[in-house]
Amino acid sequence: MDAKSKSVKALLYLFLILLSTLCFTPFWLMIVNATRTGNEIMTGFSLLPGGSLAENWKIVSENLNLGRGFLNSLFLAVCNTALVSYFSALTAYGLAYYKFKGAKVIFTALLIFMMVPSQLSMLGFYDLVNQMGLIDTYWPLILPSIASPATVFFLRQYILSVMPKAILEAPRIDGASEFKIFHKIVLPIMAPGIATMAIGAFIGSWNNYLIPMLIINTPAKRPLPVMVAELSAVRDITTNMGATYLVVAISAVPIMIAFCFFSKYIISGISAGSVKE
Amino acid sequence: MAVPATASERRAVKSPKGGLERRNRYGILFCLPFVLAFLVFNIYPVFRTFQMSFMNYKGFGKETFVWFDNYVRAFKDPLFRDAFGNTLKMWGVNIVLQLGLALLLTVIFNDIKYRMKGLGIFRALFYLPNLIACTSVAFLFKTLLDWRFGSINQILMTMGVISQPINWLTGEGMTAQLVVGVVGAWMWFGNSFIMLMAGVQGIDKSYFEAATIDGAGRWQIFSKITMPLLRPIMLYVAVTSLIGGLQLFDLPYLLSGTKGEPGRALYTSVFYIYTTAFTNHQMGYAAALAFVLFLIIAVFCGIAFKLMNQKED
Repeated sequence: MDAKSKSVKALLYLFLILLSTLCFTPFWLMIVNATRTGNEIMTGFSLLPGGSLAENWKIVSENLNLGRGFLNSLFLAVCNTALVSYFSALTAYGLAYYKFKGAKVIFTALLIFMMVPSQLSMLGFYDLVNQMGLIDTYWPLILPSIASPATVFFLRQYILSVMPKAILEAPRIDGASEFKIFHKIVLPIMAPGIATMAIGAFIGSWNNYLIPMLIINTPAKRPLPVMVAELSAVRDITTNMGATYLVVAISAVPIMIAFCFFSKYIISGISAGSVKE
Repeated sequence: MAVPATASERRAVKSPKGGLERRNRYGILFCLPFVLAFLVFNIYPVFRTFQMSFMNYKGFGKETFVWFDNYVRAFKDPLFRDAFGNTLKMWGVNIVLQLGLALLLTVIFNDIKYRMKGLGIFRALFYLPNLIACTSVAFLFKTLLDWRFGSINQILMTMGVISQPINWLTGEGMTAQLVVGVVGAWMWFGNSFIMLMAGVQGIDKSYFEAATIDGAGRWQIFSKITMPLLRPIMLYVAVTSLIGGLQLFDLPYLLSGTKGEPGRALYTSVFYIYTTAFTNHQMGYAAALAFVLFLIIAVFCGIAFKLMNQKED
């Protein structure tokens, strides 16, 4: 490689590093500012953390029950992930390996609804929840996870490509029930595909904002993103920018840590083309 | 991901003899929970929205049938038109930056001369902003972009890029729209990049090698091989971004302090639908707006498909 190519290559790396910095700097400033006092933040920026984390935390914890919001979000995310994973796998298997009337109809409907924008169902969904008297409960945030068309579609394609039908013959001859076969044989084979979808479902649920905001009224029941969004109403926190940054940091850092461990799966999930909610 | 051979699907369906009928009932059983939830939470709400769009309905109490009144009103509503215009502007800035950057990165990482390393780590860093809740991102930028005390103005002034603090979000409408577009691109370019990379990885490497041996330049390889072969995935990225972009809500809603300020610059279509339904309690009218927006999205997608296919000749 000649000198010119080498310098071009160096420039390209410089560009990539700059772009990465641009991606990370806002989060870094968030973490740094979460440890500085409101006054320090107003007088200038710093790239190194300060020493006021405890002080900021005191202001935050006196005004907002973030721990509760965290638990609410965690509870919702775990329920949603479990339901999405189990029922999507079950449906995908049912659609792919059994022949019954209506299978085609289900599959077509599912494909169509993958493309219907969510604002079309939002108002009707809210009205339905309202009529059922389920406003301010978790049911409307959890139960819809049983039907996740995009996940079923992905898992159906996945299972058809990884599991030959012959695998089912032996246990059937041995007299295992269909449910047992699903749980003992099919689920483990589908596990990698399910894991990819589960991570996406978890993050989607954790970050979900609009629907919980519409449905949950009681402050104590709010998940984290809704609490963060309501922040502007809490005067003691908004007047202290350090506390504001800390609240945002608390909502973002767990996902960032999780990403360090799962980034491979998350990215392979997007490459597969369907983490989109 | 490759769609599995239809042969295996056929095999799955035609299994030999005994107990077949009875066993296939389990298929219905396995799909039942999904079908029930799907009917209740996916299909019914869309039909209900459609039904409401012909009603005068507050979201509670009585509803009266008003024929096409809501639709007529929707087509004449200047606020909806403005909101749609705003959406287009913000999405325009967003998509140009987002796809442009993603494409540039795809080219850089696929250059066979430079063979850039570190794809894994760069990809992860570029994707990071996607993962953080929109509420957190919006709040973070709102605070960072505060014109008096925000870190971004402080940094720019220290570096001497600007002499006066810029009023990003509470001054000119155009500036605020630009900010939403840029923040959106910042959030989502990593996602587009990963999808484009997945598309490129599907291209046979020997095309590039053959072209290089034949003495094709970098630009020729890009425009004659990479771009045409990437067209389907580009179309997919563009269309999903269009569908998502025309439904832009969280980011402008949260960046604006929930009223679309400055002025009404950050008011988007879905923002308007949301306010109409839940603040003004005109559920029926909001439902009609939702369907009008859906029609517009469908038309736009149709045009996008047409344009992309035309280029092929």
